[in-house]
Amino acid sequence: MASASEAHADDHGHGAENARETFRGITHDVTKVNLTPIGRWWYPAFGISLLLLGMLVVAVTHLFRTGIGIWGNNNIQGWAWDITNFVFWVGIGHAGTLISAVLYLFRQDWRTSINRSAEAMTIFAVACAGIFPILHTGRPWFAWWMIPHPNDMGMWPQFRSPLMWDVFAISTYATTSILFWYMGMVPDLATLRDKSKDKVRQVVYGLLSLGWRGSARQWHRYERAYLILAALSTPLVLSVHSVVSFDFATSQNPGWHTTILPPYFVAGAIFSGFAMVMTLMLPLRHVLGLKHIITQDHIHAMCKVTVATGTIVGGAYAIELFTAWYSGNLYEWFTFRNRILGPYAWAYFIMVSCNVIAPQFFWVKKFRSNLVFVWILCAFINVGMWFERFVIIVSSLARQALPGAWGYFEPTKWDFMTLAGSFGLFGTLFLLFVRFAPVVAMAEVKAVSPAAHAGKDDH
Amino acid sequence: MEAETQAHDDDKPAAHGNGDDHGDAGETSTDGGDTELHGLLAEFETPGALIAAARKVKNAGYTEFDCYSPFPVHGIDDAMGIKRTKLPLVVFGGGLAGLCGGLLLQWWMNAYNWPWNVSGKPTWSLPANIPIAYETTILLSVLTTFFGMWAANKLPQVWHPFFRLDRFAKVTDDGMFIGIEASDQRFELEQTKQLLVAAGATHVEECHTDARPEARSVPRAIYGVMIVLTVAALIPFALAFKARASKSSDPHWHVFSDMDFQPKAKSDQPFAEFADGRANRGEIVGTIARGNLRADDAYYRGLRDGQWITELPAAFKVDADKLNRGQERYNVYCAPCHGFDGAGHGIVPERVALRGGAWEARNLVSSDSVVIKMPNGQLFNTISNGFNTMMGYAAQVPVDDRWAILLYVRALQRGQNATQAELPAGAQVR
Ligand code: HEC
Repeated sequence: MASASEAHADDHGHGAENARETFRGITHDVTKVNLTPIGRWWYPAFGISLLLLGMLVVAVTHLFRTGIGIWGNNNIQGWAWDITNFVFWVGIGHAGTLISAVLYLFRQDWRTSINRSAEAMTIFAVACAGIFPILHTGRPWFAWWMIPHPNDMGMWPQFRSPLMWDVFAISTYATTSILFWYMGMVPDLATLRDKSKDKVRQVVYGLLSLGWRGSARQWHRYERAYLILAALSTPLVLSVHSVVSFDFATSQNPGWHTTILPPYFVAGAIFSGFAMVMTLMLPLRHVLGLKHIITQDHIHAMCKVTVATGTIVGGAYAIELFTAWYSGNLYEWFTFRNRILGPYAWAYFIMVSCNVIAPQFFWVKKFRSNLVFVWILCAFINVGMWFERFVIIVSSLARQALPGAWGYFEPTKWDFMTLAGSFGLFGTLFLLFVRFAPVVAMAEVKAVSPAAHAGKDDH
Repeated sequence: MEAETQAHDDDKPAAHGNGDDHGDAGETSTDGGDTELHGLLAEFETPGALIAAARKVKNAGYTEFDCYSPFPVHGIDDAMGIKRTKLPLVVFGGGLAGLCGGLLLQWWMNAYNWPWNVSGKPTWSLPANIPIAYETTILLSVLTTFFGMWAANKLPQVWHPFFRLDRFAKVTDDGMFIGIEASDQRFELEQTKQLLVAAGATHVEECHTDARPEARSVPRAIYGVMIVLTVAALIPFALAFKARASKSSDPHWHVFSDMDFQPKAKSDQPFAEFADGRANRGEIVGTIARGNLRADDAYYRGLRDGQWITELPAAFKVDADKLNRGQERYNVYCAPCHGFDGAGHGIVPERVALRGGAWEARNLVSSDSVVIKMPNGQLFNTISNGFNTMMGYAAQVPVDDRWAILLYVRALQRGQNATQAELPAGAQVR
């Protein structure tokens, strides 16, 4: 990417009309997604998402009426797909925050083309994640007991339990992500307000944009606030998946009780998140006609992050295995041998091939440029990361210390429906976002474009 | 750069009478009505031009002005002389409050108000409380940042005078503007206009606001909607309140069944799941539950070969403890009617007599009482199953205790019918 100073040199003679042309072009290309009839692809996509969402509603209603016995979970397999799905979705969310906050702090200007949709992905992924721990409590209508509040039982939550840490981490994360996302969107909502022709849109976007008028005094505070939120989100995002990993790491269960889990989980989260960003963005930039905004360069950059984090994850698998062997601990070593050679070996090898081998193609520029191939690899990574959580959770529980309590987890149709349904929820929310919200952070793209320096001559 | 000033003379409020009455606030500032000058809006072509002009305006001594642009123009803060915002300080305060609040919350709830004993560990162990304090710190900082920024920016403010100018809609697209407000000390219409043109504005426009009070007040319809919504919001609370204050014989709503209704059998209740429609299952023919055989006729029924036994059953081992037990049980179960001495003057017959009735409990100890001659088996049977108007005690008193009571009744009889010769030395009645 051209740094700001280079861009400035380039555009020393940047014509005024040229600069305005650039700005207008960005506005036009992004707002047309919302203000002109959307492409025909949207309707079948939305229909399928709604169908899956309906499936989730059916599955959850049945769950509420009957209990978690409808899942494959049992005494041994207290956690199975429910927590697998939870960790999977939370992990996905992390890439959005990484792109919007961490890359902002590192002044990676390329992030501006994808940060908005990545943040949306975060929020919707966290929404999907949030339902699973609540559902798996058995009587989800008492989930609000986790919120500390005075009550006639005189009881308080147990704050030293990692499950309570989870409650705080996830809810803080959801709140922060929504506020950060919305704040970033306000100037763009104002653009939509000013570009809308019909009254309904004008009023709705007008209310949502809070009367934003692009004043320099407001921009000043806005940018400060943006920087602070980025600086706060960075430690937050690292803490969230660390806390999720504490759910496992603070237990005594072999296969869970390791100190490598927090960094390993965080790297995996970013890895899976970037794969998901690309899974969404590659088709999106195509159907929305945003190829000149989300460019091949950006895809290169995302692929590089993916191969980097994927390799870290691969390293973590190796270290985990080595430690189990080197510890000389019978139970640790058994658990890991069992992962690779036991009844869940198939899942282990899906995980390793999708997460460690697949991303290695991204070292090569030729592969990174073949977008269909990139998309397929990303789909594999999504599958692989789901299996990573499945392997950690299910295979560790299925073979605990008492051989009498050994079992094999069999998902039921309700397990499948709930998982597929969560994709429906995600898809529905994301497609609504694409239809009605500014998918690209226009103000930010304009601010980092060379045209933003047009007419400056003295510094 | 050539500039054209499009502020027409006839836009000025002075050129209009006050008679013009529009039903609605005018869409533009220039269509007459009772208007008042808000300020001047000047457009510039490039971010660079905007910065240069902003510096000129500032240097000319204006303070009530602002620049408007579709994205943050870097360098403009310095040109306009914008002071660094204090927001970070406020956020620091918020974060501190989050940290202390988070720690206090956990300490008060888990260590003070309801100390949790987890495997005998200390009730307050800081490391385990760090993660939540960490999250509350971030949460409060984020909330302060978000709401603090909007508050400092005085947003939401859905309406602003510049929104009346069509041209201003470009500010969220490609337009750069400087707006100088008429309230500025140095504001002088023509002079300010000249300054802006000289600073490189491509277009300068006056902005008027409607001065009529009705145009500035909130339309009645909005108040109407607000009142309706407020009332509607109260309805659920009103219903809840009514439900709490009134009585109802209907079962409460089971939104969640909480396993309250299950196809399970409760004793002595009808139960449709079994063929005979009863919940109770009788004994299976030809079987006896463990420990329920009760084959020892003498012990359980006081019988041998269909005759009352006269001795004590072999299964009942006599000792001093048994006798004491018998005394204690007798005083509980028999004394109210038969009296502590067994003579039949317990408090119950006395009370019946006081009320003018007659209900004699048998004298158990007098030498002519049937009870003295009664075989042990029959006395045991009387205690177990009752006699005439006396009810049986099998349901309340276990078998062994019934034999113990019998033992004590025999002791009372013996004690009250002893001959002088039988008494120990020194206890004889002279
Ligand atoms: C509620 C008062 C009441 C209590 C308590 C009571 N009895 Fe009686 N008992 C009576 C009455 C009344 C009779 C006389 C029944 C009749 O002849 O209708 C009686 C009769 C008897 C008889 C004589 C039966 C016969 O064949 O004539 C015996 C023996 C006896 N009771 C023993 C006991 C013993 C032992 C207890 C303590 C376990 C006891 N009773 C507790 C009221 C009581």
